[in-house]
Amino acid sequence: MKNKNIKIAVLSGKGGTGKTLVSVNLAAVAKKSIYIDCDVEEPNGYLFFKSEIICEEDVTVKIPLVDDTLCNGCRKCVAFCKFNALAYVKNKPYLFETVCHSCGSCQLLCPEKAISEKEKVIGKVQEGVSGHVMVKTGILNPGEASGIPIIKKLLEKSSSDDGCPIFIDCPPGSACIVMESIKNADYCVLVAEPTLFGVHNLNMVYDLVRLSQKPYGVVLNKCLDGENPAETFCRERNIPILGSIPFDHELGTLNSNAKIGAVESERLKVLFSSLLHSVMKEARHETTVDSQR
Amino acid sequence: MIDQEEFENSIVKTKPEGRIQMKIAIPVDDKNIESGVCPSFGRAPYFLFYNTDNKESYYLDNSAVASQGGSGIRAAQVVADQGVKALLTPRCGENVEELLSKAEVLIYRTIAGTAQQNITAFEAEKLVLLKDFHPGFHGHEK
Repeated sequence: MKNKNIKIAVLSGKGGTGKTLVSVNLAAVAKKSIYIDCDVEEPNGYLFFKSEIICEEDVTVKIPLVDDTLCNGCRKCVAFCKFNALAYVKNKPYLFETVCHSCGSCQLLCPEKAISEKEKVIGKVQEGVSGHVMVKTGILNPGEASGIPIIKKLLEKSSSDDGCPIFIDCPPGSACIVMESIKNADYCVLVAEPTLFGVHNLNMVYDLVRLSQKPYGVVLNKCLDGENPAETFCRERNIPILGSIPFDHELGTLNSNAKIGAVESERLKVLFSSLLHSVMKEARHETTVDSQR
Repeated sequence: MIDQEEFENSIVKTKPEGRIQMKIAIPVDDKNIESGVCPSFGRAPYFLFYNTDNKESYYLDNSAVASQGGSGIRAAQVVADQGVKALLTPRCGENVEELLSKAEVLIYRTIAGTAQQNITAFEAEKLVLLKDFHPGFHGHEK
């Protein structure tokens, strides 16, 4: 019988809270795992794993191709384009490729059938192996309108039949690119900083996971002695706290040198193993409850 | 980008024959020739169009003002459609520059002051071509 992979998305309302730190270290302490970097605008998880790339594939989108000889200058496409990717100058239609969101409307709309489609490469996905971790990375070329096609590609075939956990390192924020990253996740881990600003950002992803009806829990990162506003936020709302990561010099130093704390230090290995245990316990519990609903 | 030599040439070009039908555009905050120049091109509420030949002017609403993205492109379209030879603006993005160069519209950098003061400066050839175009904020709305 096939064992379903548990998909765990790691997200936060802003950059720099520790999404990559948490997902990389969790993937590293799991016996076998898949790590997927969905932060396609600035992927960096691969720097930690130093994985050997085994395959690479371009990701394309469809953009309009206008036949000037058929265009009669009615400008219906120009007026319709929500993104203003089309213009009409010197009696010719003009396309701003990086502004186009590939919605296909202009092609449908053109009364002269002057618009067809062509493929355009917007980035790529890479697959590599680092020990027992399969590392998948999405890379969006600079200046492109949307990384969503890359995330779709990354997540479409991301399962195996051995039931190993999949860690999805999300882009920061709570916009559509994050929604796409958590779409098929079984469980969401929200990483939070111990500041008022951190609480504001935590609130954004907290709203998102509730809106998406995903089970979730919080990891408190950069914890210091004294009051932690993010912890207070969680306690007041009965949000499960999966674990705390201290504001630790050794972890900070290893991490900024692109080393995996849980691999380099026995103490950090214990810390992340315990975090993995509580994440998996919560995630399994939630997915079991969910399947009985 | 336009280098010094092209700049010199463009001034020469805009001189006698350009003056025959020389219409210019300026992004403005109000429908008034004493209005300040709007610091944003794509999101300016109005455009002032001025004919240096017969001194006539008129205003158009900027249909790009509420665009969720690509406002510069739409605003440039508005300006290009009026058949202007020059745009006077404090700044604009790369897409505007790309479209207006296709439409053969020169872009001049405005100086501090009202639309009228800028028109006067332009007519006295005191304005210089805008040379740095910002890369825009596309995709930063996440």
